[in-house]
Amino acid sequence: MDNLASLRFFLPESILTVAVLAMFVQDLLTRRSARRVVYLTAGALVWLAIVAFATLQMPAGTASLFGGLLQHDPLRMFFTWVFLGATLLTIVIAPNSGQISPNRLGEFFALLFALVLGMYLMASASDLLTIYLSIETVSLVSYVLTGFRRGDRKSNEAALKYVIYGGVASGVMLYGMSLLYGLFATTRILGEAGIAAQLSDVTSRIFLAHAFGGQPAAQLALIVAIVFVLAGVGYKIASVPFHMWCPDVYEGAPTPFTAFLSVGPKAAGFAVAIRFFFATFERQLPDGAFAQVGDVPWPAIIGIISAATMTLGNLTALVQTNLKRMLAYSSIAHAGYLLMGLAAASAAGVQSILVYLVIYLFMNVGAFLVVIAVANARGGEQISDFRGLSVAAPVTALTLAVFLFSLTGLPPLAGFTGKYLVFAALVQRGGFWNVILAVIGVLNSAISLFYYAKIIKAMYLDEPLDRTPMRVPRLYTGLLVALAVPLLVFGVYWGPLVRWASTAFGGPTPI
Amino acid sequence: MVGPVHYLVLAAILFALGAAGVVIRRNAIIVLMSIEIMLNAVNLSFLAFSRFPLVPVAPMQAGIYAGQVAVFFVIAVAAAEAAVGLAIVIAVFRSRTSVHVDEFDTLKL
Repeated sequence: MDNLASLRFFLPESILTVAVLAMFVQDLLTRRSARRVVYLTAGALVWLAIVAFATLQMPAGTASLFGGLLQHDPLRMFFTWVFLGATLLTIVIAPNSGQISPNRLGEFFALLFALVLGMYLMASASDLLTIYLSIETVSLVSYVLTGFRRGDRKSNEAALKYVIYGGVASGVMLYGMSLLYGLFATTRILGEAGIAAQLSDVTSRIFLAHAFGGQPAAQLALIVAIVFVLAGVGYKIASVPFHMWCPDVYEGAPTPFTAFLSVGPKAAGFAVAIRFFFATFERQLPDGAFAQVGDVPWPAIIGIISAATMTLGNLTALVQTNLKRMLAYSSIAHAGYLLMGLAAASAAGVQSILVYLVIYLFMNVGAFLVVIAVANARGGEQISDFRGLSVAAPVTALTLAVFLFSLTGLPPLAGFTGKYLVFAALVQRGGFWNVILAVIGVLNSAISLFYYAKIIKAMYLDEPLDRTPMRVPRLYTGLLVALAVPLLVFGVYWGPLVRWASTAFGGPTPI
Repeated sequence: MVGPVHYLVLAAILFALGAAGVVIRRNAIIVLMSIEIMLNAVNLSFLAFSRFPLVPVAPMQAGIYAGQVAVFFVIAVAAAEAAVGLAIVIAVFRSRTSVHVDEFDTLKL
């Protein structure tokens, strides 16, 4: 599709660009107003509503935009709704969090919209260059937002570590992309001369092997290139070995942004991974199943990373005393669970990832919201600060218990649904190693119960820190309940969620 | 005659030097410089592949320029990254008057 016709599909991104500028202008205009927090929050919500409306108006179906740089398809639309959900929650949470000063709130919202723009692009990027640029857009804004509390030592330090890890990861990814470009003489993934078309074309595969002096050499170059590209994606979703930034950044960043970071960019990273691997190395058969193209063992690579990621995340989470840091390691572990769905290399696997991400949005943002509420009232994020929370704030404690049990994956909560679908996809795919991976996943879920239960023990069984009722803003209590109820509902009634995911991926039309 | 292999080997060496610099050097500014070296190594690799295509490019003429286009974007992004990175280094320096990476240990296990 040419550039002018593509603009119609690019409307949400265009509006987000305007929203970034508009938030900066509104920030300047309301600088002297006493009610600026209310005005800015309302402004941000209005812009978000306009973006959501534009997203809703998008035509269904599949289209290649801007000559193959971006791809419009149901998968993209699914992810945009996850991003919008995470953004809405962050906008509502941020003003009362006490971590973002009122006179910098406009700046925060403007940067947040820039981040959402990057994630939108990540969800639709179908060219190596746009993948790199969209990941960098998200990264650069994330660095700034991590170091948002300027005078705070932790915040600065986290931002610096994030920049260094991010720079290395994107450099490695870019090197892999240059190798891919060398192999295929194009940066397009899809389309007639794209990498996918060349890989499935036997003649170009023979040329490729010839140019590299034999099939094994060409194969090796391809695998090295893929592993390098995986570095960039793995860094966005916080998987081993690119997870080191995650605990530091989660602890140092302002908590509302941590909640956003643990859901939004992680989902966007999975969007890139799904599109890259399934468009390039898989071909959909008429019956809907996927067949591998080009003999690249990418599911094995993902499987190994997945097992290492969840085991490391869970084992390290066991010894944490700071709740934000523990949730960071838990989010690493969840990246591992999600990668299992990718390792299954089937439509069911991807659908399980999509369902899991939606559920993860509710439970993880909910858990971070409780951390904000407790940190504001008691001045700390250590597990010891949660002692006797059930006495001081019964509703908050109960909802946190729901979020944590859901993160563990205990039935009848929604976390169980997500995990069940991931394991089912792996077992359904069959094969010795896939079943082993599923077993590792189950064992890891059991380990994770230890550290989640530690917090619940502190809340319900330990001697209370303070018996007087804890002050929780009414907005937060309402939000916590609103986040906890869907987890109970999706735990027993997940049909609509699965149907939505199956329309987003693996339907009759190829991606 | 200088061929693609020379450029690719040089790119690989530069990339390895940059990566080693990130791991070994302890000054945050030099670490950022090492990241720049890594990105420029990638640029060289893109240009080498663009100038000396390994696969026949007849059906995909546009592909041969894609590598050169990528380099422009990488240069721009590298500049943006350096701007953000140095701004953060300044913020860190203000709060602890050092840019030594080893001393950044407030956040720990």
